Amino acid sequence: MATYQSLDLRRRSATTEPPPSVRGTAVEVAKLIDVSKCIGCKACQVACLEWNNLKEEVGVNVGVYDNPHDLTEHTWTLMRYTEWVNPDGNLEWLIRKDGCMHCDDPGCLKACPSPGAIVQYQNGIVDFVSENCIGCGYCVKGCPFNIPRISNVDRKAYKCTLCSDRVAVGQAPACAKACPTQAIYFGSKEDMIEHAQGRIEDLKERGFANAGLYNPEGVGGTHVMYVLHHNDQPQLYAGLPNKPQIADTVALWKGIFKPLSLGGIALAGVIAFIHYITAGPNEVTEEDVEHAKALTGGRDVS
Amino acid sequence: MSRDDDDSIVARYTAWARINHWITAGSLILLALSGFALFHPSLFFLTNLFGGGQMTRILHPFIGVVLVISFLGLFLRFVRYNFPTVDDFRWLGKFGAVLRNEEDGLPEVGRYNAGQKLYFWGMTFTIAALVTSGVVIWDVYFANDFNIDQRRLAVVVHAGAAVAAVLLWIVHAYAAVWVRGTVRAMMRGSVTAGWSWRHHRKWLRQEVRDEKRVPAE
Repeated sequence: MATYQSLDLRRRSATTEPPPSVRGTAVEVAKLIDVSKCIGCKACQVACLEWNNLKEEVGVNVGVYDNPHDLTEHTWTLMRYTEWVNPDGNLEWLIRKDGCMHCDDPGCLKACPSPGAIVQYQNGIVDFVSENCIGCGYCVKGCPFNIPRISNVDRKAYKCTLCSDRVAVGQAPACAKACPTQAIYFGSKEDMIEHAQGRIEDLKERGFANAGLYNPEGVGGTHVMYVLHHNDQPQLYAGLPNKPQIADTVALWKGIFKPLSLGGIALAGVIAFIHYITAGPNEVTEEDVEHAKALTGGRDVS
Repeated sequence: MSRDDDDSIVARYTAWARINHWITAGSLILLALSGFALFHPSLFFLTNLFGGGQMTRILHPFIGVVLVISFLGLFLRFVRYNFPTVDDFRWLGKFGAVLRNEEDGLPEVGRYNAGQKLYFWGMTFTIAALVTSGVVIWDVYFANDFNIDQRRLAVVVHAGAAVAAVLLWIVHAYAAVWVRGTVRAMMRGSVTAGWSWRHHRKWLRQEVRDEKRVPAE
C-alpha cells in the first residue's frame, strides 16, 4: 500500500521532523460498528478479503463460530462471538467485528522504528506502508488492541487499512458497503458520534440501561467506534479492553528513555574527553621501570 | 609511552584469550550499531551498514548469539580473577586518586583492579539481561512462547541493558586509552614490566615468583 499524498499525513513513524501540514483541514472520518444490529453473517469479513485481494486458508472448526480463530495477516477483520449469560439468566449472543481501531494516538506508530512504515493521515486513518516495514514486531507491542499480525512469509505487519484507498476516492470501506443490516456506518467522526447517540437512546429505551459509545479516551479516541449494549463492560465483547492505553512500558521505552539514553552516552564521551585533557594520560614513569627492573632482573616474564 | 628500551615484557593474555576478546568486541560493536539503528529515528541510517532495515532486523539477533557464545568463553576464562577482595574496596575508596593518576597511596593491585572487576560483572549482568530479553522479542522464533506483557517488558529491559552496556564499554575503551601501555595487552598479549609495576604490582610480583619456580627452557 503506497501512500497517496504526503501532504495528507498527520503523523509518520520514526520521524523526528513534523510532516507537511499545510492541509490541516481534512475531515476526520470514522467507522461506527453497531454491535446491537450485527447478525454475525461475516459478509464484512468476506468483503474485506475480496476488496483487498487476500486469501485465508481453509480452517478447522474448534467448537466456536470464530473463523479463522484469530486475526491473521490475511484476515484484517474478524467476527468474534461471545455467549454471555446475563444477570437475569438469559443468554446474550454478543458479536463483535474485531479489527484495527485506528486510534487517534496510535501505539503501533509510536513503537515503530522504521521511518514511514506506519502513517496516520489527516483524516485519522492509521495505515501500514508495508514497503517500509522491517518486520520487527514493535507495532505488535505498541498496539493496545492486539491487532497487527506479522506474515510468516514476508515478515511484514498487516492490519485493516480502513480501506484508505477507497476512502481516498470518496467510497465507504468494503465492510460497511457489504453489511446487510447496516450495522457498519461510515462518515465523518462528528456525524458518526451524532448517529450513535440516536442508536444509544433507542437501546436505552429498550432496556439496555448501560448502552453507550465505545470511543476510548486513553488512546485519544478511535476512528473505529462501537455502539455497545453494555458499554460499562466492554470486556464482555471477546475481551475488548475496558480502558485501553499505550502500555506504560512502551511509553517509557519510546518516550523519555530515548533522549535520556543518547544524552547519557554523549555525556559519557564528553566526560572521558574532559578527563583526558585535564588529568591527562596515565603514563609509566622512569621510576616504575627501575622498580620493575629490580624485581624482574630485566628479564621477560612469560 | 612507548616501550623503554631496557624495559622487559610480561605475558598477560594468550593468543586464544585475545581472539576470544576481539570476537566479543567485534560482535558487541556490530550489535550496538544495528541496535542503535532501531532505537532512535535519527540513527535509522545505520541500517544501511547491514543492508537495510529488514536485514538489520534479521542479522542483529544472530550476532547476539555469536556474542553470547563468545562472552561465555571470556567469562569462563576470567571469572576466577574477578572475585572481590578487601583491597578492592580500599582501592575504590581512593578512586579520586585513581582519576588523578596518583597510584602511590593505593593498595597493590593483582591481575585486575576493582574497576576492571566491576566492568567484568557489569558486562556479565547486562549481557545476561540482553540475551534473556532478546530471546523474548526474537519474534521469528519465539513470538508464540511469551505473552504480550512479557514482550513489552522485554523491549524496555533490552533497551535499558543495551544502554548500560554501551556506557560500560565507553569506560572500558577510554580506560584502555587513558592508561598508556594497556592496549598492547590485548593486541600483542604482553605488557611492559614498568606498566605491570605501576598498575598491577601484586600481579607482577606473583608472575615473577611463578617464573622462578618454573625453570626457563
